[in-house]
Formats: sequence, structure tokens, C-alpha cells
Amino acid sequence: MSKKIRVLIAKPGLDGHDRGAKVVARALRDSGMEVIYTGLHQTADMIVEAAIQEDVDVVGLSLLSGAHMTLFVDVARLLKKKDMEDVLILGGGIIPEEDVPKLKKEGIAGVFGPGTTCEEIVSFIKKNVKR
Amino acid sequence: MFDKKSIKKIKEKKDEWEKNCYKNLLKKHPERKGKFENLSSNKIKSLYTPEDIKNIDYFKDMGFPGEYPFLRGVHATMHRGRLWTMRQFAGFGSAEETNQRYKYLLEHGETGLSVAFDYPTLYGYDTDHPMSRGEFGKCGVAVSSLKDMEILFDGIPIDKVTTSMTINGPAAIVWAFYIANAENRGIKKDVIGGTIQNDILKEYIAQKSYIFPPEPSMRLIVDTFEYGSKFVPRWNTISISGYHIREAGSTAVQELAFTLGDGLEYVRWALKRGLKIDDFAPRLSFFFNSHNDFFEEIAKYRAARRIWAKEMKKMGAKKSRSMLMRFHTQTAGCSLTAKQPENNIVRVTIQALAAVLGGTQSLHTNSMDEALALPSEKAVRIALRTQQIIAEESGAPNTVDPLGGSYYIEWLTDEMEEQTYKYWDKVERLGGVIPAIEKGFYQREIAHASYKYQKEIDDKKRIIVGVNEYQIDEPVDIPLLKMDEKGEERQINRLKNLRKNRNNQKVERNLDRLRKVAKGDKNMMPYILECVHSYATLGETCQVLRDVFGEYEEPVIY
Amino acid sequence: MKDIAEKVLQGDPRSIARLITLSENNDPKAIDAMKKIHPHTGKAHVIGITGVMGSGKSTLIYELTRVYRKKGKKVGIIAIDPTSPFSGGALLGDRVRMTQLGMDKDVFIRSMGTRGMLGGLTSAVYDVVEILDASGKDIIFVETVGVGQAEVDVIKIADTTLVMIVPGLGDSIQTLKAGVMEIADMYVVNKADRDGVDQAVAEIESLVDITCANKDRKTPILTTVAKKGKGIKELSDEIEEHLKYLEKTKEFEKQRRLRYEAELVEIIRKRLMNLIFDESTFKEKIEDLLDKIRKKEIDPHTAAEEVLSKIIK
Repeated sequence: MSKKIRVLIAKPGLDGHDRGAKVVARALRDSGMEVIYTGLHQTADMIVEAAIQEDVDVVGLSLLSGAHMTLFVDVARLLKKKDMEDVLILGGGIIPEEDVPKLKKEGIAGVFGPGTTCEEIVSFIKKNVKR
Repeated sequence: MFDKKSIKKIKEKKDEWEKNCYKNLLKKHPERKGKFENLSSNKIKSLYTPEDIKNIDYFKDMGFPGEYPFLRGVHATMHRGRLWTMRQFAGFGSAEETNQRYKYLLEHGETGLSVAFDYPTLYGYDTDHPMSRGEFGKCGVAVSSLKDMEILFDGIPIDKVTTSMTINGPAAIVWAFYIANAENRGIKKDVIGGTIQNDILKEYIAQKSYIFPPEPSMRLIVDTFEYGSKFVPRWNTISISGYHIREAGSTAVQELAFTLGDGLEYVRWALKRGLKIDDFAPRLSFFFNSHNDFFEEIAKYRAARRIWAKEMKKMGAKKSRSMLMRFHTQTAGCSLTAKQPENNIVRVTIQALAAVLGGTQSLHTNSMDEALALPSEKAVRIALRTQQIIAEESGAPNTVDPLGGSYYIEWLTDEMEEQTYKYWDKVERLGGVIPAIEKGFYQREIAHASYKYQKEIDDKKRIIVGVNEYQIDEPVDIPLLKMDEKGEERQINRLKNLRKNRNNQKVERNLDRLRKVAKGDKNMMPYILECVHSYATLGETCQVLRDVFGEYEEPVIY
Repeated sequence: MKDIAEKVLQGDPRSIARLITLSENNDPKAIDAMKKIHPHTGKAHVIGITGVMGSGKSTLIYELTRVYRKKGKKVGIIAIDPTSPFSGGALLGDRVRMTQLGMDKDVFIRSMGTRGMLGGLTSAVYDVVEILDASGKDIIFVETVGVGQAEVDVIKIADTTLVMIVPGLGDSIQTLKAGVMEIADMYVVNKADRDGVDQAVAEIESLVDITCANKDRKTPILTTVAKKGKGIKELSDEIEEHLKYLEKTKEFEKQRRLRYEAELVEIIRKRLMNLIFDESTFKEKIEDLLDKIRKKEIDPHTAAEEVLSKIIK
């Protein structure tokens, strides 16, 4: 059995909208990846700890409540602190265009808003996964 | 409604038409698709005739508006007598900012208020709680105490205008804030009118802003029914919702079946408590989505009214007011796009029209920037104008149930009703609503439907204009809402001062009393009101209930 | 790789996770490390938990872990979910029910896909058990795929095997066919607050009467309501009892021998398959043979003999 891409799909903060996260999780599974879903109400600590133990290649953060500048950045910085810079970080949900450059600077490699197809996310991961 | 001979003749003539006129054209110009399906995967024929509704009895199945089974409308005059309430869901940042937005909306002609709370408030956390980090005011207004409620409605005549509050887990506490604020302003409890969403079952199913497990949550809800029917008679103590179930990805039929199923479950619990159905049922209200398939949505609302009337009658309701279903509608947020957002104005118009033709009592129209941020002033004004144009210029509200009698609509209404009962059978076999939730039945249905929908879009079997077809390469250029950056700091300071300046002994005592009552079985509302009046915060009051009831953990289904 | 082995022995989560990945991917870098850590294994009590989907395995493990943590024991959890035979991907959803535990420094949770293995256990599990064992975990839970039919493999790796049943989930006993029911060192009837508990217990009792007729230990049947924490203390006591029983009767030795045998077979199988199908020296030969088989120029048995003759000189 060959190497699989392992992805952590996480819902940071209080946002309970998980329709997108679950659809993406299923799509990634259908494209041959191993997907671990954290469930709701995750803190940055919980997400990063899970990323370490599961040794994932990708962390996908989903947020629709507008708190992304705080919560996504928390996760990105903590991953950096724990020496996990080889993990590809992606963000999805309701994220205004103007916030994207700031997120990219913090290490979030791709931001996928409403209207993104699952195929786009799959190709992005396959093309950019670092390990 | 039709005699057998006519139906036979229609069938003969239709078969003839199909074999000749229809097939001949198909040979030269095939139809656009192999099969036409609506969003609930119901096959739609090219033509409906009386044959499709040959068994309908006008008096038994359709009747007149304002009378059982209320298919055609819950009031005799419907929008001829009174237009639906134009009630725009709004809230962001601090109470001060939202108070301004409410005044703006009232100025521009909205006729009812609707409060959106931020995530910490929805979960019963104060702004300074660690879990609130980054979330203050982002998707609604932050209300951590009675003080915030006072600011939120400052200068607004809450004795004259009704307020709907979208709050579930801590609904009883937030309702108490509203009541206490009114009382402090000299407005009596039996004068204020409004709604609290207070529908925990759909939280478990779809929206996920639950706090406590099912049993204590249901108890709290029945407490509000009881309290409301005695002391706050003009208040709808629940808004049984399908909107969120639909937003989570369900089909229209699932929205209908799951929502009404939840409604009946609330009725059962209230009856178990010993409440009399005709005492609380008139204050049960509903909340539906209005999605893209125009005719399906209209049929859905009609089917909903008839099913509810039938079921309430079976439950023993005698009063007309207990059987008629009043509902608020919101156009579908999930159908709006981030690309070419101006197109959303058009989508919302179609969806709003469906709600009006479907007989809604109250309507929220989404703003075009729905998929980008919270609504800007301009965007929300256009959304409001959409309703006003339908009301004043389209003629749509000038007769009751204009689509009644359409062969297609009546057939579809019957079809959706039948499919609802099929879903209810499945839930029965799983042991009922709450067991079905715990077994993940609803969540599985929704996950499946939402995945199917997304696949259809990805595969271009379903076209979304501007997203997978008719795309342009221009960057999106509309002004987005900016919030006051100092709002969070202000709020945290307000909380600090509040905790310093109130009578903390009184707060402790009240919280303690609430704790004892929560462990027992008395109605909690009066004790929650006491806590609220003494300026206990939302978080403090909620924590007492968290300690006693515990927190709910969901079964995760994909 | 001396580095990674040492770090694993020190209990560093990052290294534990990394070595697990290397092992799962059949990376040769893993082999050296596995050799180094083996002398440090054998202390952990391996508890296998199997049962149909929805029987509450993850919740039970969560509750049991809390009990063990109170006693100061370090816990490793391996949660296995099915890999899709079509896409090769997997939705590993057990961690969701245990997120609070993941923050405990002395609990390590790893989700794994079966990656094509029948029997409910992924082939890398033997390595993962050794890794967690060497890193200092006292208890290792192996939660297997909730398919319920072909899960017999878990008995080889676990010292104590729990089979979970839920009353009212279809034909509670029939759903777990003969093989699975017999592997149990104890039965746990979970969600025991539902209708049908007594019937389920009675059904299992009659099975136990038959299978344990000539044995010196009667397989215990316990009832729990994992979500509410009921029956958990009794269950963990019973697990302790079983461990003592194993040690006393030297069943422990037998059990370990079973595990190492299965592990050895699995390693040899993996390496052989790797050699034959993945490494380029043989790949062309295989492609060639497959073509000949299709054209009926050669039959599969003769083809196999040709391959094996090249390896077994």
C-alpha cells in the first residue's frame, strides 16, 4: 500500500456550520486521502495536538463566523512554534478577499471561499503537499 | 372536484396529444434534459392536467382561507388584510452599533425587528470568556447582560413593534433580558410581542448551537411555553425551524418533514407536562427557508399548513388558532454566491415571491453580500426594497393563494405531504425524534443530500450562474460592512464595571436559587428572571445550568 | 534513525507520530528504528475492542481511558476505520469522540485506515502497538473497524479482546457471526438503558455456556451505558482480572506468541509483496507474466512458480 495524503479537517472556535467541512472531507476521501475530522469547537491547541499525533500532511480550517483572522492565525502560529512548517495549511468558509493576503503571510497557503469546487481543493493539495 | 367522465376524456385527449403533438416536436427538438427533477429529486412532468389531481375534494382537501385545513391560508384575507411583516435579521458588533442598524431599518420601512446574536452569546458565553476569543460581534450582536439589552433597544418602541430573537441554547435567559428590559421601561409583560427561536431539536440536527443534552433542554422549552401562556401571552415562545435544516443541505421534503416532526415532538412534551394543547399551541410558530425551486417552495408551504392542521386536530386541538400554522420565511442564504454578488438580488426576489405566494406571515430577504460578509447598509436596503416592490408593485398579495387550483401546484403539494408521512414512518421505526437524532438519522440524510447537491454542481449537472457557468474574471467590487474595532474592548470594560457595581451578594443568592430549582422540577423562568434583574451575566447564569445539566456531545455523521 | 528511536523511547509525540507514518508507508527508514525499539516492548497491556458500527466503541474507550488516567497509567489509542476499496481514501472519524483526551500529555491517539486489509486490522498495527509500547504506554487500546464480520484478527494482537454488542441493533448476536463472538475475552453490552438488554444478555449467556463448557474461565458478560459512565469501573476491574488470569495461567505467554507469529508472518508477507510488486527488478517480469496469463500462454500457478523460483534460490 502506497503513501497516503493525510488531512486534518478542523472547525476552530464556536462556529457550528459544518456542512462544507463534511462535504470536503468526503470529497477528499473519495480522491484517495485519509481524512481526520476534529469535530466542532476546537481550540488552536487541540487542533495542533491532533495534527502532531496524526502526523498529517495538510490541516484544513473551516470557519464561517468571521473569526478567521484570530483563529486561523492562532493555528498557523502554533504550528510554526511546534516546528510543523512542512504541514500545508488551508482555509475555507466566509473569508473576505481583502483578508486573504494577510492570511497568506501568516502561512495559510490557500483560501477557498464559497463557490469553490471540491476538485479545486483536491488538485491544490496534490500539487502543493510538502512531504 | 372533477367527475369521472371528464377525467376519462382528459386522459384520452392527453394520450393523443402526447403521441402526436408532443412526440412530433420531440423528434425535431428534444427537451433540454433527459429528465427534470426538482431539488427533492421528484420527477417533474412536462404537463399537469386535472387527471393528476383527480382525487382532490375541494372542501376536504383545500377549503377556504382561515378555515381548516388552512391549505389556502391561515387568515381569511391574508395579505389583502395585512401585508407580511418585513423583518430583517440584523446584528453585529456591540449593542450600540446594532441599535443604530435597527433604527435605520425601521426608518426605511421594516415593520418588525429581528436580532442576530454573535457566537459567544449563542453559546451562553460572556464576551470575556476564553472560548469567545476572536468571535465578539462577528456574526451578530454581543449581549452578555441586561445592560447590553438596554442599549440594544434604546429609543425603540418595543411596546409597539415586535421583536424576533434568534437564540436557542440560552433562549430562556435572553428572553428574560428582553422581558426585564421592558419591565424596567414600564412596559408590562402582557404588552410585549415577539418570538424566541428556542428550537433545540433542529440545533442537534443542523445548526449545532446547542448547549445542554435533550432532556433538560426540552424541559426548559416547556417552561417557556408555560410561562409565556400565563404571563407573556403575545409572545411566540418557539419558532420551529426548517431554515437551518435546509441550509445544512437537506431537500425541501426533508425540510418539511423534519421541521413538522420536531413541532409535534414539542407538542408531545408539553402535553406530557400537563399543559392543555389549546393553551400553548396558538403561540407555536414556524420558520421556513425559501430556496430556488419556485413552485416546490410554494407547494411546501401549503403542504405544511395542511399537515400541521391535520396533526394538531389528531392531537386534540379544538381551537382554530391551535391548528393554523403561522410562519416566518427567510430566503436561502446557501443559494447565494460570492461571485457576481449583484445576481443575488435576482435570486432573492424569486425566493421572496415564492414565500409571498406561499402565504408567509413574515419575511426576511437576504442581502446581495450574504456570501461575503454581514450586510452593508446599502445591501440591506435593497433587500428591504425587494419586499416593498413585491408588496406595492407586483400585485402578488392582492388575492389569496393565487396558485391554488393549479394542477401542478396541487399535485406537488399532495406529493410532498405523502413523502413527509413516509419520513415520519422511518423516524417512528427508529423510536421517535430524539432517538433518531441520537442515532444520527437526520444528520445522515442531510449529509447525503448536501454531498449529492455539491457533486451535481461540481459535475455541472446543476448550473449556478456565475459559479460554474457564465463566469467572469472581474474582481468583486462591492463595499463591505466595517465594524467598530474598539467594540470588543468597550464590551469587556462594560462587563468589568457591571460586575463591580452590582450587588454581588444578591447575584450569588439568585444564582444559587436557580441552581436548586434546576436540580428540582419547578418552572425555571421566574428564577432566571430574578438572576437577570440583579444583573447576573449570560455566562454566569448559563454556567449554573451547564453545571446542573451537563453539555451535549453530538454523534458525528458525514 | 537512531535519533527517532531514541525520541520514541523518551515518549516524544512528534517522533512517535512520525515513526508510525514511516511504518504505515513501508518506508525502509522505519525498519532500523523498529529494530531498536523492540527490546523495550512487552510491558503494555493491549486491549482490543471490536463491534458493529454504532455500538459505542469510541465512547467506551474514552471512559475507560479516564479511569486509567486516574490510576496514573499512560494510554495509547489506535482507532481503525475502513479504507474505501474504490477510492483508497478513508474518513477516520473516531478521534472526534475523544478530542478532550488528546490534550492529555500521557494519552496518544492515532487514527488509521485499514488500507485494504481484511480482518479489520491494518498490517501496520503490529508496528504501531510496538511503538506505543516502547514509548511508555501502559495500556494500548486497539479499536477495530465496526464491520463485525471479519474482525477475527484483533485476537492475535490483543491480550484482552472485548466484543461489544448493542441491544436492538438488528439481530444483536447474529450480526456478529460465529467467528467474532468466539474471540471475546469478555462481552460488553453497551447502551444498556435501551430495550432488549435482558434478551441480548440471555443470548450471549447461552452462547457462553456452549463455548466455555470445557474451559477453566467463563467469559464474563458486562453491561454498560458508556455515555453516562455507567458500568465502566466494573469493566476496568474485569479487564484487570483478565490480565491477572493471563499472567497466572501463563496464557499471557501463549497470547504474546500468537501476536509475534502473526506479526512475523505479516512482515514477511509485506516485504515479499513489496519486493515482487513494487521494486523495479521484478515489476517488469510481473507485467510480462500478467500479459501472458491474460493471453492464456501461461497459467497463474506456473507464473507464481516462476516468480518464487527467482526469490527462493
